[in-house]
Amino acid sequence: MRMICLALLAFAEAVALRDAAVASPVQHVLVQMPLLVLAGVVAAWNLKAPRSWAVPLLLAALTTFLFWMLPRNVDWALSPAGEAAKYITLPLLLGVPLRLSWPWLGPILRGFLKANALSMLGVLGFLYTHAPVRICNSYLVSAQQDLGFAFLYLAAALACLWAIPVLFGHPRRLRWAAPDTPNAELEVK
Amino acid sequence: MLARVLPSVLAAVIGGGILWQATDGAQAFTSEAARRLDVVQSPRQVPKVLLEDMTSRPVPLLPQAGEVVLVEFIYTVCGDICQIAAADFAEIRDRLQAQGVKVRLLSVSFDPERDTPEQMAIYGDAHEADGIMWTIARPEQKALPELLDLFDVTVIPDEWGGYQHNAAIHVITGDGRFSAVYDTDAVDAVLAHVNGSRP
Repeated sequence: MRMICLALLAFAEAVALRDAAVASPVQHVLVQMPLLVLAGVVAAWNLKAPRSWAVPLLLAALTTFLFWMLPRNVDWALSPAGEAAKYITLPLLLGVPLRLSWPWLGPILRGFLKANALSMLGVLGFLYTHAPVRICNSYLVSAQQDLGFAFLYLAAALACLWAIPVLFGHPRRLRWAAPDTPNAELEVK
Repeated sequence: MLARVLPSVLAAVIGGGILWQATDGAQAFTSEAARRLDVVQSPRQVPKVLLEDMTSRPVPLLPQAGEVVLVEFIYTVCGDICQIAAADFAEIRDRLQAQGVKVRLLSVSFDPERDTPEQMAIYGDAHEADGIMWTIARPEQKALPELLDLFDVTVIPDEWGGYQHNAAIHVITGDGRFSAVYDTDAVDAVLAHVNGSRP
């Protein structure tokens, strides 16, 4: 119940950012869209999927992710039809399947996905800061460069975040996870 | 074994198919590329619209008697891209004039409130658009959204009171259909297209 409320909260915040998404691609791509994904992740937090579903679910999540990474779909997401598609698919076809498949993914696959996320953010950052043309027709060139730098900062932050457990070991138990939460053990594994 | 692998293969195939569709077969990753591809594949009928030129006379947007019309969207106080694009437009005009091809060039303002005929005449003078083969014109304010929509031109205000827009050369062929989009500096490609489509 608490998780459903949190999911609704994240979703409501994402919808509240409608005007901000029009004004800036950073708020659109790096705040509103992640909030929608978060809503899906949180909604499915206590759900479990059979192991055999893990790979198809991960593929569904990756497809949705790649779809919304296309610059033309970032433009499309500002039109009424695209906006509706964004609100539905990002939580349900990216957040939920990602959450359901994640516990079944081995450390090598997780590392592979994380490494790819970092290199992709780096490439996107370079592309958006150096492209000689406007990549999205709905945004200014200066905003495009802001988004490029935001991608680079995010890549740096995630690299630090993911390197800490590798270098210094996992914390024994996440402090905020109650001992009886079913997924607490999965999280600290 | 098959039952274990099949759902994953299916998911991969569906996912790949969706992404293939979403990029028009890995051809268009930006909305600008998508509109150019779409226009070539399915040309759009241009409505009968009258514009007002530098001397306040009405000019038709549609080609007259088999000519080809080249359109670019501008605003006259534009500081950067329109000025460069205008120089390329002038070059296209000069070369087509030398070839004796029946073509009309239109620079259409998307800011008809500020771009009065006087203002358009100043812009025309600066770029040697004399109103014969190449003229500057503005639509009525109420016709503007439909025009921008037809040509898929997105205009957004910038930080300095001007605009940013997807600048391009739009080709309306003799049959009255908007059927190609080129970069503003793709002078040779535009000339080749116009010569190829000449009756």
